[in-house]
Amino acid sequence: MREKNIALLDLFLTFAKVGVMTFGGGYAMLPVIEKELIDKKQWMTRQDLMDFFALSQVTPGVIAVNTASLLGYQKRRVLGALAATLGIITPSIIIITVIALFLKQYMSAELTERLFSSIRICVAALIVNALLPFFKKGIVSVFTGFLFAFSLAVYFYFKISPALLVVFCALAAIIYNAIKRKTAK
Amino acid sequence: MIYLLLYIEFFKIGLFAVGGGLATLPFLYQLSLKTGWFTTHQLADMVAVSEITPGPLGINMATFSGFNAGGILGGIVATLGIVTPSVIVIIIVAGILNKFIKNKYVADAFTGLRPAVCALITIAVWEIVKVSVFDIQLYEQTLNIKDLFLFKNIIYLALLFALIRKVKLHPIAYIGLSALLGIFVRF
Repeated sequence: MREKNIALLDLFLTFAKVGVMTFGGGYAMLPVIEKELIDKKQWMTRQDLMDFFALSQVTPGVIAVNTASLLGYQKRRVLGALAATLGIITPSIIIITVIALFLKQYMSAELTERLFSSIRICVAALIVNALLPFFKKGIVSVFTGFLFAFSLAVYFYFKISPALLVVFCALAAIIYNAIKRKTAK
Repeated sequence: MIYLLLYIEFFKIGLFAVGGGLATLPFLYQLSLKTGWFTTHQLADMVAVSEITPGPLGINMATFSGFNAGGILGGIVATLGIVTPSVIVIIIVAGILNKFIKNKYVADAFTGLRPAVCALITIAVWEIVKVSVFDIQLYEQTLNIKDLFLFKNIIYLALLFALIRKVKLHPIAYIGLSALLGIFVRF
């Protein structure tokens, strides 16, 4: 899906907006991406986002940046990836620099801890809410339901790395589908 | 030349930390011991501040560490360093993938990746919920089951979730509300 009509500036600004509104790491950006990129801009579907997250998990670096690069690349190739990445990091650079320069001395450990706790609860509620529609797109058969349950179980019992889990599920799906095709013939 | 060193060190972190922001933490810890650019105490502080300020955690921490090592330009250079490997690898991967997206094996692989991602996000939420609603440390000391649950937090989480389901405001509105509440109420 390559769309020439999305301007590089639009990519930059949209991801800057996502950057400003993301609090926390990894999948904390999910509710904002859903609102801004899936609902408002309609630049991608929930299925696309799941695919991007999977790729972001197995490639090096921060998940938010990888996801931004992937979408940027899909829309405008290399320049799009650069615009989206610069977009998502610019607010961080500005805000953290301002905090480090001027505000750090006013942020007591007590206040930081309080905001951290209350924002964390909110991020959890937002991700759960955003996650529900993803289940409908991702868990579509007995086999995918099994992979989901299996991933949870393996993670909690063996603390296996998420990247390995992703690779395993991809291989399992390839083998399962190959066998299914063979037996259907 | 501190800026070149910063760029190289953060480039390495970006290349080797697979799995997002918190995955960079052990690397930052090593960097702190190796270079003395920031102390491990400062690092703990940076994580807390990065969590409550806008922006992805991994990027905030890179800017913060870079700033502590080399001022404003240091923050910029470190951040560019950590994202460079990502962008290069993603461009290569996406380029290859575009050629094979019609391939049936690639399509099959994605049907397996989606439930895996659902599980990973579920795990991420669980890790946040766990530390938000349980006080495992206190429970282990007292072994009183009542001490295990942070009732105020459970109620707030439930109320907030109900509110999010009913009133479809922008996510940032709920974050703002919670931050404001956090100033007055201790969760």
